[in-house]
Amino acid sequence: MFDRRLLTNFNWTYLLLILLISAIGIANMFSATSSWTTAVQPVYIKQLYWLGLGVLVVAIVCVFDYRHLEYLSFSLYGGNLLLLVLVLAIGRTSMGATRWISLGGFNVQPSEIMKIVIIVALARYLSETEHLRGFSLRELIIPGLILGIPALLIMKQPDLGTALLVLCIGGTMALFAGIRRSSLIFLATSGLAAVGGGWFLLHDYQKRRILTFLDPERDPLGAGYHIIQSKIAVGSGGFSGLGFMKGTQSQLSFLPERHTDFAFSVFAEEWGLAGCLLLLGHYCLIVLWGLHIALRANDRFGMYLAIGVSAMLFWHIVVNLGMVIGLLPVVGVPLPLFSYGGTSMITTMTGVGILMNVGMRRFIF
Amino acid sequence: MSLNPPPEETPGLRRRFVISSLLVAGIFFVLALRLWYLQILGVEHYRNLSERNRIRHVAIRAPRGEIFDRHGTLLVDNRPAFTVSALRQGVGDHKQLFPRLAELLAIDEEQLEESWQAGQGLPRYRPLPLLEDVGRQAMEKVQENSVDLPGIMIEVKPLRAYPYGEMAAHLFGYLGEVTEDELRQSAYSSYHSGEMVGKTALERMFEEKLRGTAGQKRIEVNVRGRELRQLTTRNPRSGQRLYLTIDAKIQQAAETALTDKAGAVVVLDVNNGEILAFVSKPTFDPAWFARGVSGDEWRELINNPRHPMTNKVLRGQYPPGSTFKMVVALAALEAGAVTPSTTFQCNGSFKLGKSYEYRCWKKKGHGTVDLHKAIKESCDVWFYQAGLETGIDQIASAAQRFGLGQKTGFLFGGERSGLIPTRAWKKKRFGTSWYNGETVITSIGQGFVLATPLQLASMTAAIANGGTVWKPQIVQKIVDLEGEADWLLTPEKLMETAWSEKSLQAVRDAMESVVNDVGGTAWRSQLKNVRFAGKTGTAQVVKRKSDEEEEQAKDDEVIPYQYRDHALFVSYAPADKPQIAVAVVVEHGGHGSSAAAPVAKAVYEAYFADKTVNNDTVRQVAPGD
Repeated sequence: MFDRRLLTNFNWTYLLLILLISAIGIANMFSATSSWTTAVQPVYIKQLYWLGLGVLVVAIVCVFDYRHLEYLSFSLYGGNLLLLVLVLAIGRTSMGATRWISLGGFNVQPSEIMKIVIIVALARYLSETEHLRGFSLRELIIPGLILGIPALLIMKQPDLGTALLVLCIGGTMALFAGIRRSSLIFLATSGLAAVGGGWFLLHDYQKRRILTFLDPERDPLGAGYHIIQSKIAVGSGGFSGLGFMKGTQSQLSFLPERHTDFAFSVFAEEWGLAGCLLLLGHYCLIVLWGLHIALRANDRFGMYLAIGVSAMLFWHIVVNLGMVIGLLPVVGVPLPLFSYGGTSMITTMTGVGILMNVGMRRFIF
Repeated sequence: MSLNPPPEETPGLRRRFVISSLLVAGIFFVLALRLWYLQILGVEHYRNLSERNRIRHVAIRAPRGEIFDRHGTLLVDNRPAFTVSALRQGVGDHKQLFPRLAELLAIDEEQLEESWQAGQGLPRYRPLPLLEDVGRQAMEKVQENSVDLPGIMIEVKPLRAYPYGEMAAHLFGYLGEVTEDELRQSAYSSYHSGEMVGKTALERMFEEKLRGTAGQKRIEVNVRGRELRQLTTRNPRSGQRLYLTIDAKIQQAAETALTDKAGAVVVLDVNNGEILAFVSKPTFDPAWFARGVSGDEWRELINNPRHPMTNKVLRGQYPPGSTFKMVVALAALEAGAVTPSTTFQCNGSFKLGKSYEYRCWKKKGHGTVDLHKAIKESCDVWFYQAGLETGIDQIASAAQRFGLGQKTGFLFGGERSGLIPTRAWKKKRFGTSWYNGETVITSIGQGFVLATPLQLASMTAAIANGGTVWKPQIVQKIVDLEGEADWLLTPEKLMETAWSEKSLQAVRDAMESVVNDVGGTAWRSQLKNVRFAGKTGTAQVVKRKSDEEEEQAKDDEVIPYQYRDHALFVSYAPADKPQIAVAVVVEHGGHGSSAAAPVAKAVYEAYFADKTVNNDTVRQVAPGD
């Protein structure tokens, strides 16, 4: 059953906004990798393919009514948990972490899929369980488990960044659903205590990253190098930037990981505060628009879906930007639509598809 | 399907949306604030840091000022030296790189590894020298293969070169890397570690003028330290040029004449104190120091019993022996103890009191001897008596007026003052009074008397010029790049004594006979085209006690080297209108007449070879002469 109203309600502006940011991202990637000569295919071309695939994903996600997800949600969740367990059992290890699993010739990263699935699962749970005075501690046990189990599995890989993001996304959704003040205070204090205790569970490299975040000069050529070089790149951009392809930090390769996690630093160096504020405004807009879609959603499930996706976008953006401008520790979180990587692109576009799906079906009962 | 009303219509939810949106906007605002802080407030700081990342300042060493002789002959030059260095950021894994590099340079891989380890203390941005001063061919090989050798670069720096090899090495001195201690001194505040600095002699004395000003190259590099382009260059300014009073030709003649013997030769212009030759032997090769001496080489130089590192012109103190006799003669004449015609009988020895007997070098004795003969044939007995009658303090006074027993004020080199004993000196030094016997041996330049070759030359020049002791000077002028003289030599009188012309003439006549008349002690060294005047000396190193030993001593070959006598010869020429004075000391050379005088002869040959000597100074070779 195809309803013409769906097309009328399709939020073309939002999609354009997404494409605009992606285009800027690809141009920035072109600049960041211009000194590379060895690549068979330049990364910005590859990213263009990923963007095309992403748009396809948006279209596919929009075709089906999001409400089908409601019935599928727990099976999806269960399946994803199984994949996470499989990763730990038979996953592919690279750079000291086991994150990938081979499924029919494709390398899949179950922790990345979990970012979406946790939104769907929690949306289902929260939409069916409303507490007028907010969740009490006891009532939080089930959503806590839904969120905690995958987070623990991911942390075990270890992939602190993704685990943290999954927790942030779920936490934001639960917070939005409402938590009693007393419970919240209890959670906050025990959370702080856990951070203290958790320090001892962290890997050495993770501890170093945090210590180095607090004082990058501790290790200017090692762990602190990323932050120092990134701040130099951002800061030397000034108001109007050094110009496209003219940032010395990026063009002369002083900035590491400049087409992935530190892509924004390249942009900041070349476009300055003016460019940054414009980009920041766009990102802010896609998050707020997401909330707006949630506000006008047809049902609670749709609302929580939209809130979850908005939270996912928000936390990715804030954690990445916070990192490259030295406000947060270096955790490998990509900037949506800006950092190179197919996984990130597909996850983001799936989220965007869900948002638009919810948005376009607000009048359909 | 939920039966809840849409969130829009639920007031509680609506409030949450408003708060959420405000929170989101607020956090984005914080990010924006941070960007403003970094990019607007911090822009200068971070641009500076960014510049420091990408711009390297590379010093271009200035060529050191060259050193020339008085006629502009180049004595100390510079040549480009190529050093193979590694930029550590660019090298990657050096273990993969070194086999290929070692092969190209035709050296052991271990040698590279050693330099690599040794250089780890250098700041990371500084090139690490792997192999210094490689030949041009090796340099070209490395450059041709630079694609296979990431991070390997060739540095060019000027290095000292010595066209005359070891000649006058003691005068030039040598260079060495500036030490950590020196770097802490304010005088070296503008130096960087690894820079070469004058360590001794002229190189050290004129370090400031010779050094020049380093240039600078600003280059842009990438994170691997690879040079991308040159931004600006400030050319180095080479150091000032030193023109010496040395005459390369005379210097060379003197060094050649001394052959491989240890000793010193000084040639002075009698009329202004300019030094024409300055020889100390054995010598060393300053080029060794230019490229850096190894520990073994250094130990060899330091432990050599003939002391190649000692500047014997300034620091060698020798008993002047009979070369001291002119001073004693002039003292005796001045004191009125003798006249030129005073005669003494020499029968081979002189008795002082009952128990002391002092021998003349000639056992048979000289018979009746006057001043002329005493100098010409070097009769000791005449001087024993003349000296005794003059007294030690009178002798010392004359010696001091010839500049003996005190430093000449030479520029550098830790000059020694020699020793002229007096009664007061002995009292102070040993707490005992002066004995007549000591006056006796002082009269023939033995005992306590000591003089450096430079002092002997200076003394001889004063005899030749009528009593003026000039300060010996070595630098004629210092010239900057534009050819302007920064400094010019001005002759300086140290002292002037108005000796009686008659006395002086008597002594000079006798010295002329030493060389030019049959029976003179240096008679064999006379020259055909120019008459020179001189005095031989043979200084005892150890006192021999018995006649048996004396007999043995006749054959120099039998006496161990270190106990052989020093041979001396002081002289000036031309005899009637003196221009230059020459002092020669040959350590353990035996007799002044046979070992030292021929060296002076060689110097005069070189000096007068291309000079048109006034007719009256040229000896007319008459038939039957």
